[in-house]
Amino acid sequence: MTKLLETQDLTAHYGDFQALFGIDLSVEEGETIAIIGSNGAGKSTFLRAVTGMRPATGQNITYDGQQIAGMTADRIHHLGLAMVPEGRRLFSSLSVEENLKIGAAGKRTGPWNLDEVFKLFPALLERRRHGGTELSGGQQQMVAIGRALMSNPRLLLCDEISLGLAPKIIREIYAAVPLIRERGTSLVVIEQDIAQALRVANRVYCFQEGRVSLTGQPSELSRDAIAKAYFGTEDS
Amino acid sequence: MEWINVIVQGILLGGLYALFAAGLSLMFGVMRFINIAHGDFIVVAAYLLLVMVMTLGLPPVVGIGMVVILMSAVGYLGQRILLNRVLDEDILPPVLVTFGLSIIIQNSLLEAFSADSQRVPSGNFATASLTFNDELAIGVLPLAMFLAAVGVIGVLQFIFFRTALGRLLRATSDDPEIIPLMGANNSHVFAIATALASAVVAVAGTMLAMKTNFDPTIGPSRLLFAFEAVIIGGMGNIWGTLAGGIILGVAQTIGAQIDAGYQILAGHLAFLAVLIVRPMGLFAKAKG
Repeated sequence: MTKLLETQDLTAHYGDFQALFGIDLSVEEGETIAIIGSNGAGKSTFLRAVTGMRPATGQNITYDGQQIAGMTADRIHHLGLAMVPEGRRLFSSLSVEENLKIGAAGKRTGPWNLDEVFKLFPALLERRRHGGTELSGGQQQMVAIGRALMSNPRLLLCDEISLGLAPKIIREIYAAVPLIRERGTSLVVIEQDIAQALRVANRVYCFQEGRVSLTGQPSELSRDAIAKAYFGTEDS
Repeated sequence: MEWINVIVQGILLGGLYALFAAGLSLMFGVMRFINIAHGDFIVVAAYLLLVMVMTLGLPPVVGIGMVVILMSAVGYLGQRILLNRVLDEDILPPVLVTFGLSIIIQNSLLEAFSADSQRVPSGNFATASLTFNDELAIGVLPLAMFLAAVGVIGVLQFIFFRTALGRLLRATSDDPEIIPLMGANNSHVFAIATALASAVVAVAGTMLAMKTNFDPTIGPSRLLFAFEAVIIGGMGNIWGTLAGGIILGVAQTIGAQIDAGYQILAGHLAFLAVLIVRPMGLFAKAKG
């Protein structure tokens, strides 16, 4: 397998506050990686650095063998790296269909188009003319994922896609993950729901206070080890 | 009958005000950019047409086309090179920079063209009119301008709601931060918006140049009319802007009919009345 994404010793600061301390993380082609960790562990900061939303000049981030640290977010997106942002962030004055179409603004070709997204999430088809923000939370999340897929990414980064959703809806949304991977897209999912993360991922990284506190395959990780890596104590 | 004539003239004048307003509204809508030099850009377009027609001897129609192309190009470059640098969460820097630009433009025009008032001759076109009876006559030029305003607003509406570019501009208006995650470059999108607004400013300025006398200092009052038309119509509604322009135009001509000195005052009073009754404007889109 080839390495699709790799960060070495990645750091990030907000003013004097250091949010990331030397993150080493890699994603192989075809993998699904889960990043777990409590609020403020640095998960979202990590995604923002990788996607170029936060300038990471001078850092070491390679994508498909190419150095992307310091590139603008739109250039990184053109290389096939898409993100489903935290909180869905649908465009409120655009319809569902328009929200999806705008995901294809970069004109990358591949298996995903409007029809395929509607096949993946049939609930969106009959609501295609509705305003994106008129839908239920779960359907909005489907639009956000579909919008990112429309760019035909090789690597899809999902930031907390289960946040605030009912368990049944979360299962529905996660049912799409294997279908996305079958079509050649690798995934990184950020999750606070540990059980969900362990179910879906090939490998898990746990972040704690800006560092990788644990990494491994779900089957290798004991509950205690995860609890310690997640909360920082063994009793929690 | 006299009053019908007054109202018809007001409606026709409103088309021009709607054109003043459309460019301002577009830049504010897409990137929350308040352009204090907007009125001066209109005057620059007027002087550009003057140069095209009087100095270069081009026919007015060709001149208008040239001004539209030139203003769009300058708008695009100006946004990318200068204005994007002051675009941020804070609304004040663009106001200060364009206020400075306004002063620079007015003084440069004074230097180049003097304070004398000018007008671009449009031949028989300027005086021709359609006479319906003794009291109602519609000038061909004001009518053509009104139709041009409706046409420009129709084209803007089409671009915004029927094209991929319009989709991108609306999305940028909603949430510019994540536009790069769609694979588009914000600096470019903002510059396209300014190019589009500048094309509208060019049409507005060239119409102004043929309709009335102008001099380097009239920009700020055009800016005021543009603001009033946008606010009367309601932010974010392009046909509302046309309606806002017409309401302002009709109020002014009614004021002028009562007493010539009341023209401008009547427009401001109509604006204040709308602000009191519907502070969000008459046709504001309800936004969640």
